[in-house]
Amino acid sequence: MNKVQNNRAWWLVLPMFVLVAFSAIIPLMTVVNYSVQDIFDQNTAYFVGIEWYQEVLRDTRLHDSLLRQFTFSFSVLLIEIPLGIAVALTMPKKGWQSSLCLILLALPLLIPWNVVGTIWQIFGRADIGLFGWALNAIGVDYNYTANTVDAWLTVLLMDVWHWTPLVALLCYSGLRAIPDAYYQAAQIDRASSWAIFRHIQLPRLKSVLVLAVLLRFMDSFMIYTEPFVLTGGGPGNATTFLSQTLTQMAIGQFDLGPAAAFSLVYFLIVLLVSWLFFTTISHMEKDKSDG
Amino acid sequence: MMNWMAWTIPTASFFVGIGLILIVMTIAELKRPTIERKGLLPIATTRGDRLFIGLLSSAFIHLAVIGSSDTDIWWAFGISVIWVLSLLRWG
Amino acid sequence: MGKRKVTGLVVYLVFVLLPIYWLLNMSFKTNEEILGGLTFWPQHFTFDNYITIFTDASWYMGYVNSVTYVVINMVITLLVALPAAYAFSRYKFVGDKHLFFWLLTNRMAPPAVFLLPFFQLYSSIGLFDTHLAVALAHCLFSIPLAVWILEGFMSGVPREIDETAYIDGYSFGHFFVRIFIPMIRSGIGVTAFFSFMFSWVELLLARTLTSVDAKPISAIMTRTVGAAGIDWGVLAAAGVLTIVPGVLVIWFVRNHVAKGFALGRV
Repeated sequence: MNKVQNNRAWWLVLPMFVLVAFSAIIPLMTVVNYSVQDIFDQNTAYFVGIEWYQEVLRDTRLHDSLLRQFTFSFSVLLIEIPLGIAVALTMPKKGWQSSLCLILLALPLLIPWNVVGTIWQIFGRADIGLFGWALNAIGVDYNYTANTVDAWLTVLLMDVWHWTPLVALLCYSGLRAIPDAYYQAAQIDRASSWAIFRHIQLPRLKSVLVLAVLLRFMDSFMIYTEPFVLTGGGPGNATTFLSQTLTQMAIGQFDLGPAAAFSLVYFLIVLLVSWLFFTTISHMEKDKSDG
Repeated sequence: MMNWMAWTIPTASFFVGIGLILIVMTIAELKRPTIERKGLLPIATTRGDRLFIGLLSSAFIHLAVIGSSDTDIWWAFGISVIWVLSLLRWG
Repeated sequence: MGKRKVTGLVVYLVFVLLPIYWLLNMSFKTNEEILGGLTFWPQHFTFDNYITIFTDASWYMGYVNSVTYVVINMVITLLVALPAAYAFSRYKFVGDKHLFFWLLTNRMAPPAVFLLPFFQLYSSIGLFDTHLAVALAHCLFSIPLAVWILEGFMSGVPREIDETAYIDGYSFGHFFVRIFIPMIRSGIGVTAFFSFMFSWVELLLARTLTSVDAKPISAIMTRTVGAAGIDWGVLAAAGVLTIVPGVLVIWFVRNHVAKGFALGRV
């Protein structure tokens, strides 16, 4: 659609801008201010320059939690994206079955995050939870509160349970948008279902998939509540992800300066990744409207 | 009331600087609207895009300098200014 | 459709439902039964856990508080996002693309980073422990998404409709409320659903910005650890009750969900 150049449109955007800027910019400025000072209380703070940045950029604890975070986010993407596509492909296309599937699928997305943690906390326990009990019954020595690997896998499984539906629903709506004519053409060519997927469905899913990857990457990158409730970050530091490390620093130890400095590093990483994604998406949309 | 924001002169000047750049860019945009073009960067960009890319990469330049060496931070700043300006011109 | 496909889908749906069933199952059990041994369905079916919640104000007020701020958030989000999305979908203006990107980065800002400044910001303007504070904080995440979804839906409405209305002498406000909004009804439904979803499931900000008067249910739930250990039955019942509003809301928008999940863009 051709848009009209009109700067008075700013008046329509203004209320939204003021509201979001109020909650976004003032806290951001404060974080920047904290990051260059050593803060003891409301009225006592010393300017330390870039000292905190030097400290956090060389802090191995933060490197570890950043590395854990990336490992986690990539594992999440590797599992959820293919699984989500597979689920979307198997979903019925119309009728009550399709509505039912949609509602059941969306269910995990609407559960408060701490309740998701609680559900899996219960579900995974060997004494009162079905999952933990079943695993132990078939002879797997599973205990997510004591074993590092188990804890990690449980958090991963929980995230797959929680968020794969989002990917599936995104892909499902992408599939719904493919005109029937494409499938009829494929039928005439006697294309195999793999060929249909590879040459018709996958290219058409590109834009929703970029969106799914973006949303899943961002949300898994700032995961906090679910592992906090499920494992409390333990055993040891095995499931202490980035947000939790930061919250511990800022609130638990009141190390405002380093926490703020690292928050900003974190924010810059997020900004870079989202810019890359955003540019990709808008270029793809442009190609679509050109072609 | 604004005490909790813990302002310092360097951070205040930083935000004033960013604010001024934005104002200048807006005025420039109103006087002489930018034309999307392709320069050294792999994608077609407008002036605002190049500014954003420049500022974001400058932030990473600063972080790299702080993280990897004990060089004075003003060096990183100097490099960044040159980098942003050349990006605006040729990027 | 092949048999293998159906089996696969059913297996997946069982995987989705089983943990929820387990929670439901536990909510109807007594604590003795829960801790006594594993039972696949309640042997001594009881509503006691639910009765505890519905008769204790410190419990059920949590739900009232949560619903209150979620609704305030939904209303604010729609009020400011509708005109903004219209501007993005119809006009080019100075800085539009950058503004749009900036909006999205807020959706991606990790809340953990902003906890303390948020707390101090809302304390300093006297909003701490009010529903409005939580609603405003959640707007930071719900507005960007709302603008994005609504913009997608609005771009689907041809410009000619706007122009015809202006030629017919409608004022902008009149046209927007009487003609345009009814045309994107489903988009508004989906947007409301998404802002509900993000505000309802969020815990960290809601817990930080409240202490007593506006305490959300999710924060109250973290306090079920008593002297006698965790009260599993009540915890499970409270959990089940937090799922109910979500189910109701999704039931209302079920026909638009497919389009809404693509954020109106396919």
